[in-house]
Amino acid sequence: MSKEPDPKEVAEQTEDPSERKPGRLSRLRFSKKKDMPGGLWLKCENCSSLIYRKELEAAGRVCPSCSFHFTLPGRQRVQSLLDPGSWEEVFADITGLDRLSFTDKIPYSEKLAKTAERLGQNEALICGRGSIEGRSVILAVLDFSFMGGSMGEVVGEKLALASDLARVEGRPLVIFTSSGGARMHEGALSLMQMAKTCSALQSLSDAGGMSICVMTHPTTGGVTASFASVCDLVLAEPGALIGFAGPRVIAATLKQELPPGFQRAEFLIKKGMLDGLVSRSELRPMLGRLLDYAKGSHVGGDVEDDLAADEVPNRLSGGRTDSRTPSERGKVRLDVPSAESSN
Amino acid sequence: MSDKFRKSKSDKSSSAAKTGAKPASGPAAGKRRSSEGPAMPFEHKILEIEDKIQELKELADSTSFDVSGEIVSLEEQLREVISKTYNDLTPWERVNVARHPKRPVTSDYIQMLDDFVELHGDRTFGDDPAMVTGMATMGDRRFVLIGHRKGRTVKERLECNFGCAHPEGYRKAWRKMKLAEKLGLPIVCLINTPGAYPGIGAEERGQAMAIAENIIGMFSLKVPIVVLVIGEGGSGGALGIGVGDRVLMMEHAYYSVISPEGCAAILWKNGERSPEAAEALKLTSEDLTALGVVDEIIPEPLGGAHRAPAEAIATVKETLLRHLEELDGIPADELIRARRLKFRNIASIEGRFPVVSG
Repeated sequence: MSKEPDPKEVAEQTEDPSERKPGRLSRLRFSKKKDMPGGLWLKCENCSSLIYRKELEAAGRVCPSCSFHFTLPGRQRVQSLLDPGSWEEVFADITGLDRLSFTDKIPYSEKLAKTAERLGQNEALICGRGSIEGRSVILAVLDFSFMGGSMGEVVGEKLALASDLARVEGRPLVIFTSSGGARMHEGALSLMQMAKTCSALQSLSDAGGMSICVMTHPTTGGVTASFASVCDLVLAEPGALIGFAGPRVIAATLKQELPPGFQRAEFLIKKGMLDGLVSRSELRPMLGRLLDYAKGSHVGGDVEDDLAADEVPNRLSGGRTDSRTPSERGKVRLDVPSAESSN
Repeated sequence: MSDKFRKSKSDKSSSAAKTGAKPASGPAAGKRRSSEGPAMPFEHKILEIEDKIQELKELADSTSFDVSGEIVSLEEQLREVISKTYNDLTPWERVNVARHPKRPVTSDYIQMLDDFVELHGDRTFGDDPAMVTGMATMGDRRFVLIGHRKGRTVKERLECNFGCAHPEGYRKAWRKMKLAEKLGLPIVCLINTPGAYPGIGAEERGQAMAIAENIIGMFSLKVPIVVLVIGEGGSGGALGIGVGDRVLMMEHAYYSVISPEGCAAILWKNGERSPEAAEALKLTSEDLTALGVVDEIIPEPLGGAHRAPAEAIATVKETLLRHLEELDGIPADELIRARRLKFRNIASIEGRFPVVSG
């Protein structure tokens, strides 16, 4: 079990002005800082009512007035979803590379390092083993606090590894998304993660493994247009913004205002794009019920089905130093070691 | 089958021969140029010399002056200038070449086929003009062709949303790819899109879902898939028909996660910094080959495919035939396994991606 950061701390961390955050809008509306003493209050981005921050956190970041589901930081999601003590993080130490030497305001490598330090995690995707209402799963959570939950090489690689782990261990894969899409700092490399993740998920699917994606606010771009949409079950939290193009891009292209409720989860379910809407408080029991249907559906972990045998065991060790001899390394290892939790 | 469904060499929209031919002598040189679309600043000198040559030729035609010596020397100078200019193109200039209105588009490549029967519709919602699909024969190879359609004239471009496909376009492509699989025909995908269409209808009908279904679906197709980026490779809209056993790219095409304009607008809130964004995104064929995203670059004629479309199309034909030949006869399970591994290990970098420890 990893040490979970204090929810309040997490909430403050998400207030980095460089990221788009729910609280930002409210700050803009208040002309003077003294109107918002210490950020104790914030405005609901859906119904505009003032919410006492502590009350919001106590309610699992769901607006007490309109039930709008605020984005939940990754670690908070893990903590609120899994059975206590069941979490065992893997692949936590995989770090990104600035292969394009990309610079916006600051070099991308610096941005990565700073964000990692601030959040105490290396990348936007958190993966691990855990259980939900007693059903063991592989969980992958995209954390919007980390560069808008954007998908670069590490996120793509970790998602693919999580999918492999689910396949090899015969556990269902549960994914939570909140993302602005592909990470442009990695150019076409991030675009290719859309294909990489789908490749891994198809292999999981072929093996009979079950995958469930819960789209949360907001899920857009290359994440919606790849692994998130191709899971066996696609659920969403109420009010979540889900789409391919962002609403601002569409409004700018069409030069018109968008209809109310456009691209919200309720809109998508009406259009037939989702299997279900599940409110945050109902998630655990609902996932528990659904996961029961995965039992026995898994065919098994013949890793040689899809990937070369000499690659899989090493990959699944989570990218840590492998102490085995080269000859041992060639063997398929199904007992994937647990990674120490990252703090 | 009625002629209506048959797009053959008579397709009036664009013929390679036509686009390749020098325009007949006619209006003044300046006017002639302006009708060829927005000028690219780096081509000014080239166009100037081309105009001079044209003028001299017209002069020679209408009078008895012998200017052949001047023409030969100007043509020599032209080759030098083109060569120098095109060897030093910046990524942003490349993007401009990829978008050049005279650059061969999918309908031009259809002209290289010995037979093409266009097949319409996704049998669910509609027939997206931005995606063209059909049965194709080229030399001794039969295959299913899938391609973004941009159109050539203003009217065509508007009809095709400038090559931005809707979900029905991706579903139409998927339907024809499944047909190819059933009939044991390989698939050739020609990518040329600024991106998938961002609109209300597109979102309502599941743009993201349609693209995602194509991407994952292509990993299970039992027939060879050859993908070629002929102009613009715009993000998810490109990848929606972009999973293949071979991913090829024209020399001056680009392939990117976001348009340079979009990138500049997001990062610097300033569309004028697009050239910088183009540089940063590493979207050229050379960069992408070096990174391992693209397998092979198809060289273009001196001065870009728009300068000699017929020549460019001939090279493409030859290259596609070679890849189809190489992929012919590989058992389906091997093909699928290799395709999945290819994208699983794409752009690999030793010691980092894919994650392999020890």
